[in-house]
Amino acid sequence: MKRNWRILLFVAGAVGIAFLFAIAAGPLIHPRDIRNQYAAAINSATFAERNVTDTVSAVNFDFRGFDTLGEEFILLVSVLGSLVLLRMIEDRKGKVLRDALDEWRDVGPSDAIRLWILAMIAPKVAFGIYIVTHGQLTPGGGFQGGVILASAALILYLGEGFTVFRDVISHPATEIVEGAGALGFLFVGMLGWIWGRPYLTNVVPLGKAHELTSGGTIALISLATGLEVAAGFILLLYAFLQENLSPVEET
Amino acid sequence: METALTYAGYAAAVWLFLIGLYGVVKARHLVNLCLSLTVVQSSTYVLLTIIGFRPGLPAPIYTDGLLPGSAAVDPIVQALMLTDVVVEATVIALLLAIIIKVHRDARTADPDRVDMMRG
Repeated sequence: MKRNWRILLFVAGAVGIAFLFAIAAGPLIHPRDIRNQYAAAINSATFAERNVTDTVSAVNFDFRGFDTLGEEFILLVSVLGSLVLLRMIEDRKGKVLRDALDEWRDVGPSDAIRLWILAMIAPKVAFGIYIVTHGQLTPGGGFQGGVILASAALILYLGEGFTVFRDVISHPATEIVEGAGALGFLFVGMLGWIWGRPYLTNVVPLGKAHELTSGGTIALISLATGLEVAAGFILLLYAFLQENLSPVEET
Repeated sequence: METALTYAGYAAAVWLFLIGLYGVVKARHLVNLCLSLTVVQSSTYVLLTIIGFRPGLPAPIYTDGLLPGSAAVDPIVQALMLTDVVVEATVIALLLAIIIKVHRDARTADPDRVDMMRG
């Protein structure tokens, strides 16, 4: 009964939203508005003022750097929140978790699968580092590369199972890298203060266009973001895989 | 043709939004609700991409013969979308962690039967 009313309410709302959306989107479809000028200004400023060829990275880590700082901290807080929530659950169990993992260790994948999967990790890590460090030149940057790096850890889990994954991942370095990535972004932003310039000013030498060292702080912030995203996703994987493998205890 | 593509983009955005919202309304399981929310979220990606779309213009990457400063699609909305894809994934992870916790405490994952305010 309650559900039927809810769906009726949804249909009424959906018609309203679709109607308002059509009114709002109408003017956007004609491309003779101010957005063209804004996009053109950014597109020409990126190469002329920052020596960077990937405009999207320049917007993310320089022109819109302060917004990205906020986004990065949304990411950090979400990761921390997930870890805290899942660890609260983990504490309640203790011994049951360990027994289940010991049992699971005996039933690993075959050697052939393990060999191939482990052989994939090195190219994966290299590709991730390449994407993180070339964000200012080609499509890529810290966000995309960080996820690729984290997926290397997932491959380790697929090949070796959770025990090896945990032994590698639960090193304190993962959490340190996670924090260092977030702090790195903050500190790169503070570099401008040394010269009395506003926060997140691009004060590092811009280098030559089409070279790895171009872009000044864009490359540095991209690297910091890459570290944070990679470590954050690895921590999330660890927390969720651990949750998944432990038996659900009906207390 | 290109105008038709633009219309299709806006239509897809509002359709994804509404179908995702329908999923949220209909959901009988919290994980289902959470995944419906990601569908709603992905409508913003389509919307942002189609707002930045300019018929016939290339991506704003000034390598491989694209002259510096020449016209390209809007990079700002692409940057907005790009950060959101990654951040959204972690926010969904947080939601899933909350769902696990709710399931443990309330012993159900049906949003209609989760009644945590009993005190």
